[in-house]
Amino acid sequence: MSEQNIDEKGLEPTGAGSAEAATEPTPVRPVEVDSVARAAQTPELPLPYAELGMKDDEYARVREILGRRPTSAELAIYSVMWSEHCSYKSSRVHLRQFGDKAPQSDALLVGMGENAGVVDVGNGWAVTFKIESHNHPSYVEPYQGAATGVGGIVRDILSMGARPVAVMDSLRFGPPDAPDTRRVLDGVVSGVGGYGNCLGLPNIGGEVVFDDCYAANPLVNALCVGVLKPEDIKRAIAPGPGNKVILFGAGTGPDGIGGASVLASATFDEESQAKRPSVQVGDPFMEKLLTECCMEIFAEDLVVGIQDLGAAGVSCATTELSAAGTGGMDIDLNKVPLRDATLRPEEILMSESQERMMAVVEPAKVERFLEVCAKWDVPATVIGEVTDTGRLRMTWHGETIVDIPPGTAADEGPVYERPYEVPADLAQLQADGPGRLPRPATAEDLRNTVLWLVGSPNLADKSFVTSQYDRFVLGNTVLATPEDAGLIRIGDGPQGIALATDGNGRYARLDPYAGAQLALSEAYRNVATTGARPLAVTNCLNFGSPEDPGVMWQFARAVEGLADACQVLGVPVTGGNVSFYNQTGTTPINPTPVIGVLGVHDDVNRRVPMSFIVEGTTLLLLGETRPEFGGSEWAHVVFQHLGGLPPRVDLAAEAALASVLVAGAHEGVLNAAHDLSDGGLSQSLVESCLRGGLGCVIDLPDDPFTELFSESVARAVVAVYPEHEERVTALAQAAGVPVRRLGTVGGDAFEVQGLFSIPLSELREVHQGALPALFG
Amino acid sequence: MSARVGVITFPGSLDDRDAARAVRLADAEPVSLWHAEGDLLGVDAVILPGGFSYGDYLRAGAIARFAPLMEKLVAAARDGLPVLGICNGFQVLCESHLLPGALTRNVGLHFVCRAQRLRIENVETAWTSDYEEGQEVVIPVKNMDGCYVADEETLEELESSGRIVARYLDVNPNGSLNDIAGICNEAGNVVGLMPHPEHAVEALTGTSTEGLGFFTSVVKKLVHA
Repeated sequence: MSEQNIDEKGLEPTGAGSAEAATEPTPVRPVEVDSVARAAQTPELPLPYAELGMKDDEYARVREILGRRPTSAELAIYSVMWSEHCSYKSSRVHLRQFGDKAPQSDALLVGMGENAGVVDVGNGWAVTFKIESHNHPSYVEPYQGAATGVGGIVRDILSMGARPVAVMDSLRFGPPDAPDTRRVLDGVVSGVGGYGNCLGLPNIGGEVVFDDCYAANPLVNALCVGVLKPEDIKRAIAPGPGNKVILFGAGTGPDGIGGASVLASATFDEESQAKRPSVQVGDPFMEKLLTECCMEIFAEDLVVGIQDLGAAGVSCATTELSAAGTGGMDIDLNKVPLRDATLRPEEILMSESQERMMAVVEPAKVERFLEVCAKWDVPATVIGEVTDTGRLRMTWHGETIVDIPPGTAADEGPVYERPYEVPADLAQLQADGPGRLPRPATAEDLRNTVLWLVGSPNLADKSFVTSQYDRFVLGNTVLATPEDAGLIRIGDGPQGIALATDGNGRYARLDPYAGAQLALSEAYRNVATTGARPLAVTNCLNFGSPEDPGVMWQFARAVEGLADACQVLGVPVTGGNVSFYNQTGTTPINPTPVIGVLGVHDDVNRRVPMSFIVEGTTLLLLGETRPEFGGSEWAHVVFQHLGGLPPRVDLAAEAALASVLVAGAHEGVLNAAHDLSDGGLSQSLVESCLRGGLGCVIDLPDDPFTELFSESVARAVVAVYPEHEERVTALAQAAGVPVRRLGTVGGDAFEVQGLFSIPLSELREVHQGALPALFG
Repeated sequence: MSARVGVITFPGSLDDRDAARAVRLADAEPVSLWHAEGDLLGVDAVILPGGFSYGDYLRAGAIARFAPLMEKLVAAARDGLPVLGICNGFQVLCESHLLPGALTRNVGLHFVCRAQRLRIENVETAWTSDYEEGQEVVIPVKNMDGCYVADEETLEELESSGRIVARYLDVNPNGSLNDIAGICNEAGNVVGLMPHPEHAVEALTGTSTEGLGFFTSVVKKLVHA
């Protein structure tokens, strides 16, 4: 039995025959049920709400809502639904800004609050996408934590009525040379690959970042994107009294019990090992069957509402569906198919067993629904029906054990205005700028710095990771990592969608407002670099404990920064996820907002790849370079220094640059394009050279150190045929984007005239050898 | 009338739609075949696509082998029906004993996805006649259990009778004996291939268009039959 087992936690009201149960070897005989009637008779019976993470005042509110003490099953529901993970109680007051400041967008079909947002991409197609964290489970059990992270986000997309078409993963680990990092990285990468590959979804991009702050708290953020027709959007609602509630997919087992309230909301300490059983176990084969089964169910229009079961399982699905529907639902919990017949109702309610969905089906369609499920070997069971009573009622062996207004659990959870204040060390950190760091003085030093950065873990080639992911399946992947953005053809083409995720915890640590905006800037730029028009935003906000005022300040500033920047760039936030309590002891991770941007490509045949493949093409640098090294890779790699301020945000310049890149792609005048970000111009050129197998010769008339390594925003390098140079220059000038001729593509070295030349073979060895040397 | 090429979907098949697309691009008509049916619907050839049939549980291909449709397929293949098993399909063909040997876990123990250079060594099969002998092609490989193994006698027999259809060049991605990427049966109508030619049929999305030859080969053969 797991440590997290509710009975051992004493959820069964104390002194209620627990001794008897403990001596019973075969626990088939039902112990006394804590029914609503019993709760009314024993109003003062103490319940272990504190152990379930509930505060005194929260418990008092439950009593007030119900007018009596809750039953143990009701307590299970409220405790998970009001957990930070499910209720967003600390973040909600801030997240409102995404709606309040949302830019006007005709494309937005479904906004925040649903399983995932949906945007209209034209030509009769809609796209739904979302990113979500699975950080804590991935530290405890890296393989299953990461695998079920992918599984969970895919079901979110599925439940919108869409066919999932691609995934991405944004990963952050501790120092690459720490022994535990190998354990976590191996497990996480195998888990992301094992699940996604078996599910048949191409993995088209993401990030792999190393930093000391993630040593005991890795970040695993998984994104999924799906495609559907706008008229086929499904909602998580249970309307129509008499309609049947069907649970389908995998059986319910004891895995992940309490995961939502315990795992996702607890800080790690010495006891982490003991929490192993509360991580869910994934079965991608079942999810594949579930996917194909859902596609047929949707095609035949067999559901009026649908919800996936993720955190808080049956509790979440029943309360949310009924709260958003007619308002009532009757459920017979004995009908829930179990993998473990000994599960108690409280455990069934909290179980986070994977690969389950709940559908609301008109009685006349139930038979056909069950037939489709049978075809795909997906177990499906009618467990209840929609009512107009305004109550969610559940029975167990004939006795009513839950009788609550569902909205009070689903939507009316506690809302906290957590106190926040500037972290005490921030001023000092910002004052300690990179200006004091010695810069490479000679050409030889510059050359060595290029190599040093190119081979550093964060900037090195990530093939070691990405070659473990299938990027070809479904046959629509036009661009995949290491390209600036993943690009997927939709329908029969030529339309496509581009996706990029970015985040920089160091920038956000130095200035969370700017850090969130910089993450958005980069993802926006990456999408535009391929020629796609940025359209919408998803976000995964990874932070420390909201009970720490310094962390709460970081969070508030980051949300404000992101909301403001989305407004300026005209890209609405369509959904996302908050992950708090990412810290070790009292030390929080660097605040890490990871931002995903979705863009539309009118014609994927005109996509612009990053590789230099045509000898003699001209290299142009778009954008302005300033000496900006606060939080840079250079400072991080060479000096392990973090201080000063991050690069200046310039959203107007970002939008202007994007307009040039999109227009250039549309006109077919860009042979290659690559954005400048972590590591600056040097890194960008090396990547494009190695990818295409051709070198380049450039000229840097100004300070070469700044030119090579600064991380100023709103910049990209493009390769153009000489005959297109004039046109691209004109496009840039018309948009107010500074443009400069850098040099030419060709040869087999990266050469900065008058300074140094590095053979591609040497760069390749350093760039591609780094991760295999660490993890191979 | 165009050739009709069946693509079997098992629970857990992933590249079935890609295989169907490749068939269409080869100017033939793809026909979906469901594993639980007992009828090949009169198709002229069959592709067993890549994926993880039955989640690769027990052993890759081990459960799919017992699908009702496989009984019909095995008999038809023995009567000369052209059959191509790609990746998981190759594994199913080995489990069904239509091809000798087995595919085991990659030596690196990791899933491997890469653009792979191959040499086509046998152009006499139903699925490779459009290639030139010794032709080098770049086709994606992506598998967890792609390490081809067989006893020495079988290997010797495959080598001496020219039944190695394709071999890995540059890098052996999974540790296959003799760098074997694909083999065929004695008659040459049944081919098993670990790399994925259906992911190399369009320049836009594939590593090349050099995989299309597998599909055009069989279509030409059927049209001229």
